[in-house]
Amino acid sequence: MDINSILFPVLSIGGMGVVLGAFLGFAATVFKVETDPRVPKVRECLPGANCGGCGFAGCDALADAIVKGDAPVNACPVGGAAVAEKVGAVMGVEAATGEKMVAFVKCNGNCEAAKTKYEYFGIEDCEMEANLAGGSKECAYGCLGDGNCVRACNFGALSIVDGIAVVDKEKCVACGACTKVCPKHLIELIPYSAKVAVQCSSNDMPKISKDNCSNACMGCQICARNCPEKAVAITNFLAKVDYSKCTACGTCTEKCPTKAIKMI
Amino acid sequence: MNLLVIIIAAVFINNYVMSQFLGICPFLGVSKKVETAAGMGVAVIFVMALASAAGWLAYTFILVPLGLEYLYNISFILIIASLVQFVEMFIKKSSPSLYQALGVFLPLITTNCAVLGVVVTNMQNGYNFIESIVNGVGGALGFALAIILFAGIRERIARNKILPAVQGFPIALISAGLMSIAFLGFTGLLS
Repeated sequence: MDINSILFPVLSIGGMGVVLGAFLGFAATVFKVETDPRVPKVRECLPGANCGGCGFAGCDALADAIVKGDAPVNACPVGGAAVAEKVGAVMGVEAATGEKMVAFVKCNGNCEAAKTKYEYFGIEDCEMEANLAGGSKECAYGCLGDGNCVRACNFGALSIVDGIAVVDKEKCVACGACTKVCPKHLIELIPYSAKVAVQCSSNDMPKISKDNCSNACMGCQICARNCPEKAVAITNFLAKVDYSKCTACGTCTEKCPTKAIKMI
Repeated sequence: MNLLVIIIAAVFINNYVMSQFLGICPFLGVSKKVETAAGMGVAVIFVMALASAAGWLAYTFILVPLGLEYLYNISFILIIASLVQFVEMFIKKSSPSLYQALGVFLPLITTNCAVLGVVVTNMQNGYNFIESIVNGVGGALGFALAIILFAGIRERIARNKILPAVQGFPIALISAGLMSIAFLGFTGLLS
């Protein structure tokens, strides 16, 4: 038995391990990149859903930006005031808290109300359907109901009910992911406290919108004229609520002939 | 001419993913989007070329003179792992933008069996230094080709209605199998 047949392999492999280990250890000190110790702390405060609602590539990127000063401490729309406060504590800044928002789908053209111009049998994708003559609905502004927003939502807050997308106010964190994927731009962020909303986006002439959908806003001015606070205005045949003035008295919702403006 | 034969053989005929079934984990894991798949492909090209060179050097100048050829597996793993670690550190320091593009994939490749496979193939076929690197780049090109094509297929699948029983991974595995059969058509291209 030659002792060398054990010694050589042990020494050479062990030696390689030691040399490479020492080399890596040395390289780690030479190529060390200085990171701000606050970055991981800020990162811990963030929700970690990596939804991209803040406009950065993910929670890590946002933490980096906050520490660098490129983003405010309340930049995370998901975490809201609670997270902004924690991040502010790490950064030593008083957090300016924003109002909690929720997504809202501005269309009520469900299967019953909206007329269709053809039956769509293609791939279940809003963008693809929109490419086919603007979608299967007569109304060019309406929700197509193929659920791109549902798939975009990381929090399960959206669902397709009766052919249109509906937001679950309690689950919504206002990350804004759905607003970006809707090819019809129907989803908008409105204050969580909002009680009244216009569930229509049609800018068509009154007669056309009424023909296309029985739930459409026709721009008839009844809501605007009856609002005691002058919080509703009509532009391009579509009512819009100014939430800084609205007191949720409900006058407009009672008077609206198509119930396009309603309590939510 | 010999080098061209090696490249074509590595890319199509002995494609590491489709014919030898190496590197399946990143192939399935990082193939949901064409963009990330392409990033992974580039990172693998980079690492495989380096690993081929380092593996050849270690084998020829350390293992063969000492008569320790049978230790090739463990030493290749050691070398590849530390090489990738070093490359990651180096890129992080020298080029943050390249690190942003490739960095996330580098740890994934550290112990990738396809990389080890390339180095072992080089050794078994008795390639010289240049041939080893060419084989490494060719094998990596084959990997990049396979993963990018597969990511394209998966992007299309994701937009379609799939039978609930095979949604997600099952359909990915089925399509990977069909792709592999397609690659079988290259067998015998070079004899």
